[in-house]
Amino acid sequence: MAKPTTKPHAGEDFGTGRRAALVGARRALGTPSIVLGASFIGFGALVQQVGLNLWHALFSTATGWALPGQVALVELYALGTPLLAIALAVGLTNARLLPMAITLLPIVRAPGIPRIFYYLAAHLIAVTGWIAAMRDCPRLPVPQRLPYFVGFAGALWGVTLVATALGYALAGAVPREVTLGLVFINPIYFMLLLLADLRGRSRILAAVFGAFLGPLSYLVVPDWSLLLTGVTAGTLGFAIGRVRRERMRSRHG
Amino acid sequence: MAEGTVSETGLWWPFVVMIAGAAATYVWRALGVALSGRIDPEGPVFDWIACIAYALLAGLIARMILQPSGLLAEVALGQRVVAAAIAVAAFWLLRRSVMLGVAAGATALVGLVLLSGGLR
Repeated sequence: MAKPTTKPHAGEDFGTGRRAALVGARRALGTPSIVLGASFIGFGALVQQVGLNLWHALFSTATGWALPGQVALVELYALGTPLLAIALAVGLTNARLLPMAITLLPIVRAPGIPRIFYYLAAHLIAVTGWIAAMRDCPRLPVPQRLPYFVGFAGALWGVTLVATALGYALAGAVPREVTLGLVFINPIYFMLLLLADLRGRSRILAAVFGAFLGPLSYLVVPDWSLLLTGVTAGTLGFAIGRVRRERMRSRHG
Repeated sequence: MAEGTVSETGLWWPFVVMIAGAAATYVWRALGVALSGRIDPEGPVFDWIACIAYALLAGLIARMILQPSGLLAEVALGQRVVAAAIAVAAFWLLRRSVMLGVAAGATALVGLVLLSGGLR
């Protein structure tokens, strides 16, 4: 959370990009790190429990760094799903990063920053850092915005690497009942995030259809179940939402 | 090309899978940088993409709770469902706090399993 300012939309100025990055990092180390840290502890435990090693866990967090896709990957991998099906499912799970990057860029773009920097910083785009940047960056002087985002999201990235290792180590050390609790963190975390985030009829329908189609299609086509679920339930929810919106418009327009 | 159980597979194959996963993830971030300013992120195409991502995630969550692999599969279905319901109830009762909901759900599952005699 950002520190409360006296005026709700008061501008902030940290003087230099370096200081903006440090403030961003410090803010990330508060509540956002606790929440995300817990879920990456759960991820580390999941990786340990399917029989992969610590380096696999850290590699996934370092290179993927978008938890729903990482969890989907490990789950599907453990089931022996073909590589193509895994890659496509991970890609569709993380497709939300595209509109996030598109909306973040115009806010953090500043004259004089080489294009490659945006592509490097883009690796750090994920839900928590994106929300913070969309909220805080517009109040900063333009040259301090990208550093603030990189400081914030970079600190989170570091925290999640430590948390991944911690979860992996814990899962091998604590009683199996406790590991069970750690492994249960992620499905519950995603479920509540979905409940907290759902807005708009099409997305609610898509999620409800998906929750039914996921387990059902797994019984028939285990390897391709998630892809099928995403495309079918997602398109169905989208279409019904569109039709209803059109109908409302023609009735009231 | 099913690979069987994890223990049979090599050390390197998981890295290959993770590189493919990372590429499938980063491509969206890079595409977003390339397309920003040229495309409207509020348009119907993105609504459709969001719907697919939500449906896929909901399907994954349902599968992890109802048809889990590994350790969670050693717990009775009823216990998993009750623990998930407790998480939702705590989330609604405790001012929609995701953190408290997760803590309640995970603790509930451990508690239910311990009450029924622990894992084999």
